[in-house]
Amino acid sequence: MESIRKLIQVIATFLTNSYFLFPQTKNIYQGPLKIICSPGLNCYSCPASTTSCPIGAIQQLLLGVRFSFETGSYYFGSYVVGSIGLIGTLSGRITCAWLCPFGLIQELLYKIPFGKKRQIPYFFRYGKYFMLIVFVFLFPLLLTNDWGMGKPWFCKYVCPAGTLEAGIPMLLLQPDLRATLGILFYNKLFWMILFLGWSVVTSRPFCKTTCPLGAFYGILNKISFIKLELVEDNCTKCGACAKVCPMGIQFNEVAGSPECIMCMRCMNEACQFAAIQVTLGGFPLTANQRLPGKEKPLIPE
Amino acid sequence: MKKKPEKRRIHWLTFLPLLIFLALFLFGVNVQEPQRVLEQAWNICLDCIGIG
Repeated sequence: MESIRKLIQVIATFLTNSYFLFPQTKNIYQGPLKIICSPGLNCYSCPASTTSCPIGAIQQLLLGVRFSFETGSYYFGSYVVGSIGLIGTLSGRITCAWLCPFGLIQELLYKIPFGKKRQIPYFFRYGKYFMLIVFVFLFPLLLTNDWGMGKPWFCKYVCPAGTLEAGIPMLLLQPDLRATLGILFYNKLFWMILFLGWSVVTSRPFCKTTCPLGAFYGILNKISFIKLELVEDNCTKCGACAKVCPMGIQFNEVAGSPECIMCMRCMNEACQFAAIQVTLGGFPLTANQRLPGKEKPLIPE
Repeated sequence: MKKKPEKRRIHWLTFLPLLIFLALFLFGVNVQEPQRVLEQAWNICLDCIGIG
């Protein structure tokens, strides 16, 4: 199952970044597919990107909301929030594990055998909600200049995916831009190096502490149609699920947690007692053969 | 004695967030917001990627 997940991650990354004419055009893709919001975090200023980043799009719409209302348009992000809201309501945070390109990058970095692997203190995880509420919604909407325009705070000051996927590639494609580099770029470079370096020693640090899209999907985890559920009768509380969880949660204690990205490693690699199952609208989808007390799947006699 | 399997039902409230997001999505489509998203995505936001 893990190899299938990896394959899907690679395909999703490829599909959302499949404009390969950029070395010739030296520009980003400007076709109609950009009307679609990418389910994962994928900068739309990346030269290869074929879709829009929902977090970038929300900020862009909110920072110009006054201008938009004055001109009789009602652009306040309803299409974008509706798009990711539908994804979140249907599948919770499953996108983070199966479709997000920046999640894949972090997972690959974590495979580098370097030093002792470490956990993140739980308190740090609230950072992503702060990013979502303050940097994505409030600041772009409320902190405006003399013309009533805000700034895309998260993209401008934090997003490491933007620096990695768009900032650096654009500097390589358009050398003239290098003359404009300043403190803003070095700040973004700092965040990028921090998160990429951190990913080597900690599993998915950006997803855990900073990603506003993960925070949004996480809020919908409890009510989503596709869910990982605990079969309490089968659970022995052995803690095997916590040992394989890339998000560092013990599933039997916090089933439906906003931290769960539904990679399903706990279900497929750890639990020997059929205590974790995938459900769709409350109905089990997985028919696990394992029974309580049995270390291995039953073989029919 | 065999335990009776628990009957599962989907509560109508489960559909409420889905309907809210669907309504938001359709409202956005109705006011041509996708076109605005497209226009924004066509341009490189240099400010957003730390250049400029």
